[in-house]
Amino acid sequence: MLKENYLDRQKVEMKLARQGFGEGIVELAKKNTNVVALGLDITDSVKTGLLRDAFPERFIECGIAEQNAMSIAAGLSLVGKIPFVATYGVFCPGRNWDQLRISVCYNKANVKLAGAHAGISVGPDGATHQALEDIALTRCLPNLIVLAPCDYEEAKKATLAAGEIDGPVYLRFGREATPAFTTLQAPFAIGQAQIFRGGKDVTIIGCGALVYEALQAADQLAKEGVEVEVINSPSIKPLDEETIVTSAKKTGAVVSVEEHQIYGGLGSAVSELLAKKNPAPMEFVGMPDAFGESGQPEELLKKYGMDQETIVAAVKRVIARKS
Amino acid sequence: MDIDLPKEANKIRQDIIEMLLEAKSGHSAGSLGMADVFTALYLGGVAKHDPKNPAWEERDRVVLSNGHICPVLYATLAHAGYFPREELKTLRKFGSRLQGHPNRFVLPGLEASTGSLGQGLSLACGMAWALRLDQKRNHVWCLTGDGEQDEGQIWEAAMFAGKYKLSNITQIIDRNNIQIDGHTEDVMPLEPLKEKYESFGWHVMETDGHDIEEITHVLNETKKIFEKPSVVIAHTIPGYGVDFMEWKSEWHGKVPCAEEAKNALNQLRSLCGNITSEHE
Ligand SMILES: Cc1ncc(C[n+]2csc(CCOP(=O)(O)OP(=O)(O)O)c2C)c(N)n1
Ligand SMILES: [Mg+2]
Repeated sequence: MLKENYLDRQKVEMKLARQGFGEGIVELAKKNTNVVALGLDITDSVKTGLLRDAFPERFIECGIAEQNAMSIAAGLSLVGKIPFVATYGVFCPGRNWDQLRISVCYNKANVKLAGAHAGISVGPDGATHQALEDIALTRCLPNLIVLAPCDYEEAKKATLAAGEIDGPVYLRFGREATPAFTTLQAPFAIGQAQIFRGGKDVTIIGCGALVYEALQAADQLAKEGVEVEVINSPSIKPLDEETIVTSAKKTGAVVSVEEHQIYGGLGSAVSELLAKKNPAPMEFVGMPDAFGESGQPEELLKKYGMDQETIVAAVKRVIARKS
Repeated sequence: MDIDLPKEANKIRQDIIEMLLEAKSGHSAGSLGMADVFTALYLGGVAKHDPKNPAWEERDRVVLSNGHICPVLYATLAHAGYFPREELKTLRKFGSRLQGHPNRFVLPGLEASTGSLGQGLSLACGMAWALRLDQKRNHVWCLTGDGEQDEGQIWEAAMFAGKYKLSNITQIIDRNNIQIDGHTEDVMPLEPLKEKYESFGWHVMETDGHDIEEITHVLNETKKIFEKPSVVIAHTIPGYGVDFMEWKSEWHGKVPCAEEAKNALNQLRSLCGNITSEHE
């Protein structure tokens, strides 16, 4: 599932998850002429440009009009198209949430929306462009599937899976090139989590690029004799309840890891599940109810507590709370 | 005090180049293109403001709706004396007051935090409506991009301002004909822009966006319009002053490398020499 020597930071290949998204759309479009994409004036950056270049007649430039585009996409899908709408996460689902709720979700429109540039690691653009609320915004909507892949390869698989099913899907990506540590063969299915590393003392559940940091933290902790189970949960909704509950039962302590506000994200989803099925002490690694700022990704991840060191500390805290 | 405004605008452009080089990210074309408008607004006596007292009750309100061109706003504020020019080089860096998009809590002189396109004109409408209710004479200046006009919210605000005859607003549109995906008329045609605003109940004026005298005159004229909000379509050249950036949408969100910055600064400095020669 994971590439050989993936923990070697010097050697691991760095790739854009959103590139996997763009390539995935093109692959889908080759098989299905109904696949179209809507441009929102950041077309190259969010990689819908790949479809524009491959199939110009199936690309619809909407300008800087996220609300309009979301409802247009719903209309397109009601006539049988499979539209992909992508821009930065702060604008989609940020700007066009009501259109997402009614035009898309209430209609069960077959629209695939993507938020690129999610997380604090967006960096120098600052708070306005760092999508840290998008999981909360989408997770609460009926009929909507929410996916946050952990690297390039998984982003591509998630895009393909989204295109294959009938119904609305939200896909979340970061801005930076991040470790491409999963293999082509690694399984992916909506509603499924994967155990990337087995352990008995504590469970880390993460999504997005921070899963790699969780694995680094687990490796560091192993040297101190702590056996961490690391679960990658790209499918935030539906959540893989069985894998998560089974692991929590085994380890009795859970840490969630995500580049998202601690309120409303993957951590919240996991805690809702565990509160119902298997209560366990939990720590939340994520944005501590704050707006971000400008800076380099590493500086910001450290300041707001979403780096390897913070994960290690959270693991230790949660183990201390085990009964 | 007699300041040489074109020279000041040129220096602001030089500062923008140096800021963006240092920051390694940010928006070049729009920032350079609007230096003359900002010079007129802040240094040419158009907007009422006091750098020594940013919270002055009588000040005009300036809202930068197209927040991504904040390098030109920051450089102009520094030239006006709001904060030391040396600080300009901290743009977009960790801990800096010069955030990638304006944050009103950290830097003096900023009226609103912006960066999500299309919201500033509505903010300006709210300010203008409230100021009028309070019988205040402060004017509200709202800067927007031409690509930004794609946003539906702009037209919601335009209708609102027309309905309430918010004559204490002047919107200044940076009509540089570019946005990220290309030329505005290819991405989403805006023309006839003047007639659109007229039909929404606005008083429309146009200006050469690089003739500071004309800009100053036109902006001042809009303060005399009663019963209607005003919009000034400022025809600018994106990347103005740097030949390899001018008119190119690629330079919307790209910054110069060291070599390009050197070239850009040379061009601007020699232009500056031309402008000042008759005075010196
Ligand atoms: C709501 C929203 N959508 C998208 C963006 C991303 N974005 C930043 S600048 C820009 C293009 C703006 O074009 P224009 O207003 O003409 O500015 P210029 O390129 O001329 O500086 C876009 C799409 C944004 N900041 N806000
Ligand atoms: Mg423009």
